[in-house]
Amino acid sequence: MLEDYEAYLKYVADHPKVSFEDFRKKREKKPRQAPSVVEEYDESEEDAAMEAEWNEGHIHRMKMWQRSYAVLSVLVSAVVLVFFFQVSIQLPPFGDPTNPDLNEVTERYIEKGLEETGATNIVAGLILDYRAFDTFGESTVLFAATMSVILLLRRPRPVKDSPIPRDRILQMVGLVMIPAVMMFGIYVVLNGHLSPGGGFSGGTVMGCGLILAYMVMGRSRLEHYLTPNRLTGVTVACLCTYGVLKGYSFITGANHIGWEVPKGKPGAIFSSGFILPLNICVGIIVACTMYTFFSLFSERED
Amino acid sequence: MLDLIIHQRLYIGSIALFILGLGTLFLHPNLIKKIIGLNLMDTGSFLFLAAMGYMEGGQAPILEEGAEQVFINPVPGGLVLTGIVVAVSSTALFLSLTCRLYRRYHSLNLDDILMRMWSGEDKVEQEEDQESNPVSEQEENEEPK
Repeated sequence: MLEDYEAYLKYVADHPKVSFEDFRKKREKKPRQAPSVVEEYDESEEDAAMEAEWNEGHIHRMKMWQRSYAVLSVLVSAVVLVFFFQVSIQLPPFGDPTNPDLNEVTERYIEKGLEETGATNIVAGLILDYRAFDTFGESTVLFAATMSVILLLRRPRPVKDSPIPRDRILQMVGLVMIPAVMMFGIYVVLNGHLSPGGGFSGGTVMGCGLILAYMVMGRSRLEHYLTPNRLTGVTVACLCTYGVLKGYSFITGANHIGWEVPKGKPGAIFSSGFILPLNICVGIIVACTMYTFFSLFSERED
Repeated sequence: MLDLIIHQRLYIGSIALFILGLGTLFLHPNLIKKIIGLNLMDTGSFLFLAAMGYMEGGQAPILEEGAEQVFINPVPGGLVLTGIVVAVSSTALFLSLTCRLYRRYHSLNLDDILMRMWSGEDKVEQEEDQESNPVSEQEENEEPK
């Protein structure tokens, strides 16, 4: 009561029209605001409880989804397995010369392949002459994959050095192996139209040689010569060369207008028209792609 | 039946590879294992194509002078080559996407990643990501060597 009065005296200095009775009523009302704080607290607790409940429901739904997903995927796999098994049992017998896939298309490729493309390796003639634009598309797919991997894996800061420790044994073995691997890759690329191999396999071998050089010499020393920009430029140049070289089909197409590429003597290294330069282009593209993939993926994750 | 299965063993083997890969792709929570499953599926289809092109007593279609030979079908060879190239490209793309996911969530488990993605725990990290990205672009612009 006395405290109330003292407070009233202080209060009345600012608000002279308020009587003591009114002030007391106000003072009594004020403590009622304290429970409101408690109520707010209750609300927030309720929120937390609701959130936890929601989270629990979320986890529950997640688990249900996972279970139904597992059951569904097992079912789908089983159905696909049974279906494929039935089909493979009823397919024409394996290795039979009368199989329907050995039809007139295959005969034409084998009988007229050497005459029309000049390559003794019929697969090389198939993929680099009859279906050369398909191979062009494949090389473009490789290039697009390289570009997207570079975009996805670029680092904010340049990485210091190769994470692979330089090893004395690896260095000495690499000294012998890198030239041999590169020579073998070049051989496979250059003989793609005469023997098994070609741009893709030879390019992969050359890419392995580059990867070995990366491991032996370390990132900084090899990137002095093989910067990503240069590799991309070389790849784009090879793709353009491929497109221009193969574009002659539009000129000397089915109408036999004018000039045809000389086929050369079958079995010689300079034969079979543009298959050799196309193989070289594809080989360089594949080697650059393999090296770029390795150098990007071998950066250490922090 | 057993004779038939033994005779068609390459087809059945390719289907087994395909289904193994499909199961791994569906059921394994680890993203790298999922990619391995996808590659198994690729391998199964390649084996199937190569087996379709084979002929009893046939040789690789490389002509030699003066020899009368029986050749296998060269078309599946070209198709498998195309398939291998596309498989390599897509595998590289998936692996790089997995690297990005790992950088952000520090986990390769798809269930973990999905839980954190759906419960909104990654909002703070997202802001950090947005903060760090302009910096990286600036740094890259600064060094156009």
